[in-house]
Amino acid sequence: MRVAKKHSGGIVEGDMTPMIDMAFQLIAFFTVMINFSQSEQNARIQLPKSELAKPPDAPMEYPITIHLTKEGTAILGGEEVFLEGLRPYLVRESDLLALQGRPQSEATVIVRAHKDARTGDVQKLIEVCQKNNFEKFALRAEERID
Amino acid sequence: MKVRHQKPTQEIKLDMTPMIDIVFQLLTFFIMTFKLVTAEGDFNIKMPLAAPREGAIDDQLVPPIKVRLQAGSGGELTGIGMNQRTLGSFQQLHEEILGLVGTDSPAGAEGAEVELDCDYNLRYQYVIEAITAVSGYRDDATGQIVKLVEKIKFAPPKNPPS
Repeated sequence: MRVAKKHSGGIVEGDMTPMIDMAFQLIAFFTVMINFSQSEQNARIQLPKSELAKPPDAPMEYPITIHLTKEGTAILGGEEVFLEGLRPYLVRESDLLALQGRPQSEATVIVRAHKDARTGDVQKLIEVCQKNNFEKFALRAEERID
Repeated sequence: MKVRHQKPTQEIKLDMTPMIDIVFQLLTFFIMTFKLVTAEGDFNIKMPLAAPREGAIDDQLVPPIKVRLQAGSGGELTGIGMNQRTLGSFQQLHEEILGLVGTDSPAGAEGAEVELDCDYNLRYQYVIEAITAVSGYRDDATGQIVKLVEKIKFAPPKNPPS
């Protein structure tokens, strides 16, 4: 039987340059696209869609974001509470505003309600906020792109 | 002058492994945390708690346009009304509002106000559709939003169905 002679062993190195180039391009893409404002969002909330929902030109001065689930509970600052139990959280927000020397009328309550939430619950949420002297509301919707 | 003899050039090899490790870790982090975020916008509503009116009622005050949204037992929309009239769709509501407070209307959009009167268990998406219909439209030619009614409020909430 003929035995093939082995060549003397040498290190075979692939060219890594294209792979490193691609990896850096991907990192650059993700770095640019990363969104740090996701703290305002909640995975349980599917917003209703509207063609007129445009992102605001300027950020709000003092936004308070309240999520409303389709079960009728509110999520504020990561804590889920029943609408009836929302008052202490709103009082806390009011105190924070008072510490900054701002009137409550400057604050905007952003209502991020689930599209299948009951309208009565949304109204109840607004009513609880009104009773705590908040008067500016923003009903948030997702931009519909046709 | 003494001339130094140069040593034969030697190829310097950099160890790329740590850098590639870090690059892939960063890449993994970004891929895991990446989330496509759709654009969101707001409909602004100013609703202070109703205070008792002092003095005489202003005759010049334009009453709000009342939009009624009725819901079925499952929260689906069963009827749309405007000032006691029944309408067939949100498109019709939009056309009615356009006729009332359109750009060439003397009343104008500034003084107009819409009051939404909704059933308790109506799904919220229909409210947003109604607000979209009354608050404006997107001009096809320019892509800009033309505003109609900016003052929107809710009627006092109804009781939940038993």
